Amino acid sequence: MSKLTYAEALREAMAEEMERDKSVFIMGEDVGVFGGCFGVTGDLVERFGEDRVRDTPITETAIVGSAVGAAMTGSRPIAEIMFAGFLGVPMDEIFNQAAKMCYMTGGQAKVPMVLRAPNGAGIGAAAQHSERTEAWFVHVPGLKVVYPSTPADAKGLLKSAVRDDNPVIFFEHKILYNHKGEVPDDKDFTIPLGKADVKREGKDLTVVATGILVTYALEAAEKLAEEGIEIEVIDPRTLVPFDKETVLDSVEKTGKLIIASEETKRGSFTSEVSAVVAKEGLFLLEQPIKRICAPDAPVPFSSALEKVYIPGPEKIISAVKEMV
Amino acid sequence: MKESKDKMIQMLEDMMVIREFESTVQKHFAEGEIPGFVHLYLGEEAVAVGACNALEEKDYITSTHRGHGHLLARGGDVNKMMAEIFGKATGYNKGKGGSMHIADVSLGILGANGIVGAGLPIAAGSGITSQILDTGAVTLCFFGDGASNRGTFHEAINLASIWNLPVVFVCENNMYAISMPQYRSDGRKGQNIKDVSDRAVAYGISGVTVDGNDVMAVNEAVTEAVKKARNGGGPSLVECKTYRHRGHFEGDPTVYRSDEELEEWKKKDPISRFKNLLKDQELLDDAEYDELKEKVEARIKEAVDFSQNSPDPDPSEVTTDVYYGEGV
Repeated sequence: MSKLTYAEALREAMAEEMERDKSVFIMGEDVGVFGGCFGVTGDLVERFGEDRVRDTPITETAIVGSAVGAAMTGSRPIAEIMFAGFLGVPMDEIFNQAAKMCYMTGGQAKVPMVLRAPNGAGIGAAAQHSERTEAWFVHVPGLKVVYPSTPADAKGLLKSAVRDDNPVIFFEHKILYNHKGEVPDDKDFTIPLGKADVKREGKDLTVVATGILVTYALEAAEKLAEEGIEIEVIDPRTLVPFDKETVLDSVEKTGKLIIASEETKRGSFTSEVSAVVAKEGLFLLEQPIKRICAPDAPVPFSSALEKVYIPGPEKIISAVKEMV
Repeated sequence: MKESKDKMIQMLEDMMVIREFESTVQKHFAEGEIPGFVHLYLGEEAVAVGACNALEEKDYITSTHRGHGHLLARGGDVNKMMAEIFGKATGYNKGKGGSMHIADVSLGILGANGIVGAGLPIAAGSGITSQILDTGAVTLCFFGDGASNRGTFHEAINLASIWNLPVVFVCENNMYAISMPQYRSDGRKGQNIKDVSDRAVAYGISGVTVDGNDVMAVNEAVTEAVKKARNGGGPSLVECKTYRHRGHFEGDPTVYRSDEELEEWKKKDPISRFKNLLKDQELLDDAEYDELKEKVEARIKEAVDFSQNSPDPDPSEVTTDVYYGEGV
């Protein structure tokens, strides 16, 4: 085990996969000598050279479109889109090309690529640089969607995403980049896609949270525990495929469910989890499901407004108290 | 000379296969046997055949919504192709792709594509693989004059140029993006330059325009571009001026162009031109041509029989192949 930041864990995952497999390469804007806009790729260009850590021009459409072509011909590209809010630019390449190629060709074509994108608010970057776009991709058949909340998960999931034979949209939360945690050193350490993790056990209420909301839910759990309320915190880690069994098992135990994400609420990933539990676990529930999300508005710039906008631990605490 | 003669006869046959295949699709579409849209390659045969004959087995192509000709020129199986267009289980894509997505990935075909201009970045990516894995493969990217106005054209060619990727961009300029003329001296037009190849200079790559109804001219230009790409000389843009005999899709009333214009282009038909050239050079006589024609017609007829007698896909296939090699 080593104590690494989330960003370092991601970098280690990429380095290990590039060492293991010469078909793995990185491309994106400022991922080379600049080390990535959030420093995630760091010194990889020095270690692997410009051929395998490719600085692109500002060209999101070509980054994703060429990743599709590279993946179809035997490479395993890891492409970085600088902010999740920029994913709208190469949308055709994601949902019409990467996602549908296998199906449209009747299973002939394989598109093993990873698209990394920093997600989320909290750094005063305003609406276009604070976007949370996971639900757009959850909706698209053919894509897998991953969203780690800890350094260990970041490493294990990114390695699995690189090894997967399908296009994976890999969300990283900007606030989490500097969070530290214990990360296994084993080069074969991977976390399977589609396996949720119970981050904290509890008997009174289940909180399913994604990304930074996992951190907030765990903070809320600490405070609630002081008052004798034990919440169970589940991180799905991969939104597609979604591990509904782990969630349903927990709801069976607690009878109460809160789903929390930093997304705007309407049509979010929380909507999908709600629908699944309402259909498959209705009679496990003692009361209606509650969802904690950001308001249906773009992310505001002013710190005073952004603070109100982001669903922090307090919102989780008060929602739990309304239910238990 | 023997080898060259064989190659020329082969190219004539390849064009005739496309002509017969497309005419047959046209007929069965009109009869209601084929669902969806079809975009026929009639009149443009020299581009696919001239270009694909410049490639080696390890090379790749990206195709378009008007892709039947590309796949046939690359050696696609006519039975599997026709069955796919008929939406049958025995089709290349198990009936899940149809006319606009028909592909044989094992022949290095990185998809036909329903999105105009989508193939350009995919071709650039295939070029990246050639560099990273040092495969020596060249990727040939077919796209139309309409696609040359999309951002994908700019971004993909720029990327190919700065990274010196082994990609040949072949613009099939058939003069119209559905109803929008590529260029006219006055009136509606998609761009204000006569030749799409003029754009090459903006990317620092070589660009040429050739007669796209002259299969030898296409073959010569693309062969040179492929050789350059394979030898590390980077990408090129080859524009082939041609004309579609049919509308954009079957059912298009073609109100945007005149009958006279179509007739003028039919006089420049790539197949009769090449046939006459071969006859003039005494490489082919009428009997040999008739024999070839019979052979091609029989082959396509067999493909129709195969398709008509093939089963529909099983309903369970709706949700398979969403993910590679697994259900999810």
